[in-house]
Amino acid sequence: MSDWLEITTLDQIPVLGSRVVETDTMNIAIFRGRDDTVYAVKDACPHQNGPLSQGIMHGHSVTCPLHNWKIDLTTGEALGPDEGCTNVFETKVENGTVFLRIPA
Amino acid sequence: MKENLVLIGNGMAGMRTIEELLKLAPEKYSITVFGEEPYGNYNRIMLSPVLANEKTIDEIMLNDEQWYADNGIRLEKGKKVVEINRARREVIAEDGTVAPYDRLIIATGSHSFMLPLPGADKYGVIGFRDIADVDLMIEAAQQYKKAVVIGGGLLGLEAANGLMKQGMDVTVVHLLDTLMERQLDKPAAKMLQQSLEERGMKFLMDHATEEILGDDRVTGLRFTNGDEIEADLVVMAVGIKPNIELAQKSGLHCERGIVVNDTMQTFDPRIWAVGECVQHRGVTYGLVAPLFEQAKVAANHLAEFGIARYEGTVTSTKLKVTGIELFSAGDFHGDDTTEDLLFHDVAGGIYKKLVIRDNRIIGAVLYGDTIDGTWYFQLMRDGTDISDFRSTVLFGQAHLGDAGHGDETRVASMPDDAEICGCNGVCKGDIVKAITEKKLFTLEEVRAHTKASASCGSCTGLVESLLAHTLGGDYSEAPSKKPLCGCTDHSHDEVREAIRKHGLKSQEEIRDMLEWKTPDGCAACRTALNYYLLCEYPGYDDPESRFINERAHGNIQKDGSYSVVPRMFGGLCTPQELRAIADVAEKYDVKEMKVTGGQRIDMFGVKKEDLPAMWKDLSEAGFVSGHAYGKAMRTCKTCVGKTWCRMGTQDSTRLGVRLEELTWGSWMPHKFKLAVSGCPRNCAEATIKDFGVVCVDSGYEIHIGGNGGIKVRVTDFLTKVETEEEVLEWCGAFCQLYREDAHYLERTAPWVERVGLQKIKDILEDEKQRKALHERFLISQKPAQIDPWKAYAEGERKDHHFEPIKLKVS
Ligand code: SRM
Ligand SMILES: Cc1cc2nc3c(=O)[nH]c(=O)nc-3n(C[C@H](O)[C@H](O)[C@H](O)COP(=O)(O)OP(=O)(O)OC[C@H]3O[C@@H](n4cnc5c(N)ncnc54)[C@H](O)[C@@H]3O)c2cc1C
Ligand code: SF4
Ligand code: FES
Repeated sequence: MSDWLEITTLDQIPVLGSRVVETDTMNIAIFRGRDDTVYAVKDACPHQNGPLSQGIMHGHSVTCPLHNWKIDLTTGEALGPDEGCTNVFETKVENGTVFLRIPA
Repeated sequence: MKENLVLIGNGMAGMRTIEELLKLAPEKYSITVFGEEPYGNYNRIMLSPVLANEKTIDEIMLNDEQWYADNGIRLEKGKKVVEINRARREVIAEDGTVAPYDRLIIATGSHSFMLPLPGADKYGVIGFRDIADVDLMIEAAQQYKKAVVIGGGLLGLEAANGLMKQGMDVTVVHLLDTLMERQLDKPAAKMLQQSLEERGMKFLMDHATEEILGDDRVTGLRFTNGDEIEADLVVMAVGIKPNIELAQKSGLHCERGIVVNDTMQTFDPRIWAVGECVQHRGVTYGLVAPLFEQAKVAANHLAEFGIARYEGTVTSTKLKVTGIELFSAGDFHGDDTTEDLLFHDVAGGIYKKLVIRDNRIIGAVLYGDTIDGTWYFQLMRDGTDISDFRSTVLFGQAHLGDAGHGDETRVASMPDDAEICGCNGVCKGDIVKAITEKKLFTLEEVRAHTKASASCGSCTGLVESLLAHTLGGDYSEAPSKKPLCGCTDHSHDEVREAIRKHGLKSQEEIRDMLEWKTPDGCAACRTALNYYLLCEYPGYDDPESRFINERAHGNIQKDGSYSVVPRMFGGLCTPQELRAIADVAEKYDVKEMKVTGGQRIDMFGVKKEDLPAMWKDLSEAGFVSGHAYGKAMRTCKTCVGKTWCRMGTQDSTRLGVRLEELTWGSWMPHKFKLAVSGCPRNCAEATIKDFGVVCVDSGYEIHIGGNGGIKVRVTDFLTKVETEEEVLEWCGAFCQLYREDAHYLERTAPWVERVGLQKIKDILEDEKQRKALHERFLISQKPAQIDPWKAYAEGERKDHHFEPIKLKVS
C-alpha cells in the first residue's frame, strides 16, 4: 500500500463539484459532497469512458455527461439497470487538505 | 424495531402499493401480505388473453413467491382475512393466522356481480374474475359445447371471445340493443357487433334473463319474453361489486366502496385502502390506471413523505380482442354544449368521433384505427386548445408532422428487427422482450432497461405504442400529472408556482419546501431548478447545477475535448475576424474546422485547459461566445436581403443582426433559434425556427414555434408588423413569455402545442402585456449579456476550474 499523497485544498473543489487529477497513468476525478466528504474515482465512465469529472454530482453519485449513466462514487458501480464499474480510490481530508491514496 | 405493515388482498392495487413503497422506503416496515388466492400476484387484466390461448398463466405472473422471499415479505397465500380487530390492531385469517399491524392496507378488490336469478347457484354458472374462473371455463370447454355470456360489456365480450377461441359455440345476451354502451356510441357499437358476428359470435340483444334452467348443472336460460336457449356454461359479466364486507364488519365507513380521502386513508388513520374496493370523491373505479395512481399516493404517505394527493382519474378503455381495434375515453355522448368531429369510413371499417367543448376534447371513440388514442387522451387530459389543428385532428398526430415515422407508428406490423430507437440502436424485438421478461409497465422503465427513447426522445410515441401493444391491456400509463423527475412528485408547473408564491430563492429552499426525496436532487431536477431560479431572479446562477457544456462554455465531445463556436451576428463577418479565427485555430492546434448549420464556424478537439486562453484571444478580436452549447439563444440565421438580392424586400441581414444583439446570451428553457428571410422565398428557413421573420413588401411577418431537427414542425403565423422596432418588441416579449411559461427542456414547438397558439396570441396582442414582457426580457438580459470568457480573462469569474491538478506518481 502506497502513501497518502497531498492533492489540493478543500476550497479548490466546488461543493457538489469536481476536479481532475492528472497522474502519469490516468486521470482521477475527485468530488466534494455537500458534507465535504471527498470521493475519488478513475475519470472514465464504465460505459464509454466518458469523463465523469465533467458530470453533475448529487448525493454520493455522479451523472456522466455523455449518456447519463449514474455512478456510485463510494463503490464505482453503475446504478440502476446499467452495469459496469470504475476504480475507486481512498481519500481523506485533514485540516482542509485533501489526500489521495493510489495503490502501487 | 421496524413497524408492522399488513396488506389484505394480494392483487394489482395492493401489490403496486407495496412495490412503490419499497422504492421509497425499503427498510421501513416489516411487511405481511394476505391473499385469498393461492399464488403470488398476477396481472389480472391478462386473464382474457389467457382464456383466448394467447398467453399462459406463467407469463402473467407479476411477482412469484421467490420475489416475496427476496424482498423479505411474508406471504400468507390462500388465506382469507375474516376479521380486523382495530382495537388490538390485528388481522385474523380464516385458518386462525393472526398478524399484528401498525399500519394496514385494504386492497380486497371486487367480485363479479352475480344476478340474483332463480337457478343462479347451479353448477356451471360463474363470473370472470380470477384464475379459478378461467380454469373452470377451460375445463368446461373440453367437455361441453354451448356457452352463454350474460353481459355485452368489455368483460363479457372478452370472455365470449376467449370461449370461442376455446372452441365453444358462444352467445352473448345483452339487456340493451347496443353493445358496450358505457364505452361506445351507437355507430361504433354496431361496427363492433358486426365484426364479432363475422368471427362467429352470436348475439341476443334486448334480452333480459328470467331464470337459469337445469338440475345440478345448468342446461339453459329462459328470458322474460318467453324464449329459451340451451347452455352448458353461463358466464355472468354484468358488473363488479367492491369487496367491502370485511371493512364494513370492522366498522370502517363504507358507502358503495370503502370511503377514502385524497391521501387514500380510510376513516381509521392507521388504515389505508386502494383499488377497486375504495370509493374516492364518490367514484369507484374498475380499471388499473387509476388504481396505480392511488397506489403511488398511498405509498408516498406510508413512507411518510406526506405530499402526494390523489385527485381522481379520467379513464380510457380498450378492448382486448385480438384483431379488433377499439378505444374510448371521457364523455363521448356529449350534450347541447358540445360538438362532434366525425370520420366514418364504412368500407374501410374505420370510425372516429371526438366530442369537443370550447375547442377542447372531452371524449373520444375510435374504432378500427386506434393508433391516435393515446394522443387524443393526452390532449383531453391536458385540456389543450385544438383550434389550430381542429381541421386535421381526426387524421391523427402523424398528420402534424412526425419526422418520417408516419406509417411506422403501426408498430404492430413491424418486424422484430425494425429499429425503433435510432440513437441507441434498439430494435422492436429487444423492447418487446424487455417488457415481457422484466415485466415493465411504464415508459420510464423501458427507458431505463433498454435505453430506447432515452436520448433524443423522437421514438417516444413508438415506444408507448409498443408498450400498449405488448401489454395488451389498458395501461394508460402517462399519469395525469407528470412529476418533474424521480426526486419529487411535483410537476414543473407546481414547482414554478411554489417559487413565485413563496418567493423561494435557492434550490435548497425549493427542495425543503416541496419535500424533495433526495438531498441534492439529480442531474435532471438540478438543471431545471437552476433555470427556474435564474428566470425568476436575473443574475442567479449555480454553475454546479448546469450541464458541463454550460459550465465550461463549450460542447463536450465524445473524447472529452471541447468545441468552440464564436458568435457571428447574423452570419456576417469581416476579413479581420476570419483571420483572427484562423490564427486562434493554428495557435491552439484545432483538429478540424467546419461551417455549421447555424452560419458560423466551429473549431473541434480543443483541450479543456486551453479553453480560457483561446477565448481570451477570441475575445480580444471582438468575439463573444456563440452559446452553441447552451439551453440558450443560439443563432439568428439571415439571408442576403434587399442590399444585394434582386428579390429582397427588406434589409433582412441588418434586422437579423439587431435581433441577435437583442437576444444573445439569454438562458432559455431549451435552445432557441431565430431567422430572418428577405422575402417569402425564405432562404433563411425562418418557418422552422423558434422565432422567424419573413420580410414582405409591406412589412414583416412574424412566425413562431417552428422546429427543424428531431420532429420537424412548421411555425405558426403570429402577426404582421410594419417596422423593425415592432419586430424587436414582439421578439423580446415572445422570448420572455416562453422563458416564464415553458417547462425546462421544452422547446417552443411542443410548448406552443401544449398551451395552444391562441393563448400566446391573446397575451402578446395585448399591448400592455406585450410591453411588460419585453421590459422584463430586457432586465433579464442585463446580467446575461456578459461574455463569460471576458469575465474569466479579467478575473471576475473563477467558479470553474479548467486546469487539472497535476500529480507525479513514481
Ligand atoms: C455544430 C452543429 C452541426 C454542424 O456542424 O452544422 C450542431 C451540432 C450539434 N447539435 Fe445541432 N448542430 C447544429 C445545428 C443544428 C440545426 C440547424 C440550425 O440551427 O439551423 C438543427 C435543426 C434546427 C432546429 O434546432 O430546429 C439542429 C438540431 C439539433 C437537435 C434537435 C433539436 C430539436 O429540438 O429537435 C439536437 C438535440 C437536442 O438539442 O436535444 C442537436 C444537438 C446537437 C449537439 C449539441 C449534440 C449534443 O447534444 O452534444 C451537437 C454538438 C456537436 C459538437 O460536439 O460540437 N441539434 N442542430 C450545428 C451548430 C449550429 C450553430 O452554429 O450553433
Ligand atoms: C378478465 C378481466 C379483464 C380486465 N381487463 C382490464 C383492462 O383491459 N384494463 C383495465 O384497466 N382493467 C381491466 N380489468 C380490471 C382490473 O383487473 C382490476 O381493476 C384490478 O385488478 C383491480 O385491482 P385490485 O387490487 O383492486 O383488485 P384485485 O386485483 O381483484 O385484487 C384483490 C385481491 O384481494 C384478494 N382478497 C379479497 N378479499 C380478501 C380477503 N378478505 N383476504 C385476503 N385476500 C382477499 C382477492 O383474492 C384478490 O386477489 C380486468 C379485469 C378482469 C377480471
Ligand atoms: S452534429 Fe447533430 S446530427 Fe450530427 S451527429 Fe451530432 S447531434 Fe447528430
Ligand atoms: S460514457 Fe458515461 S454514460 Fe456513456
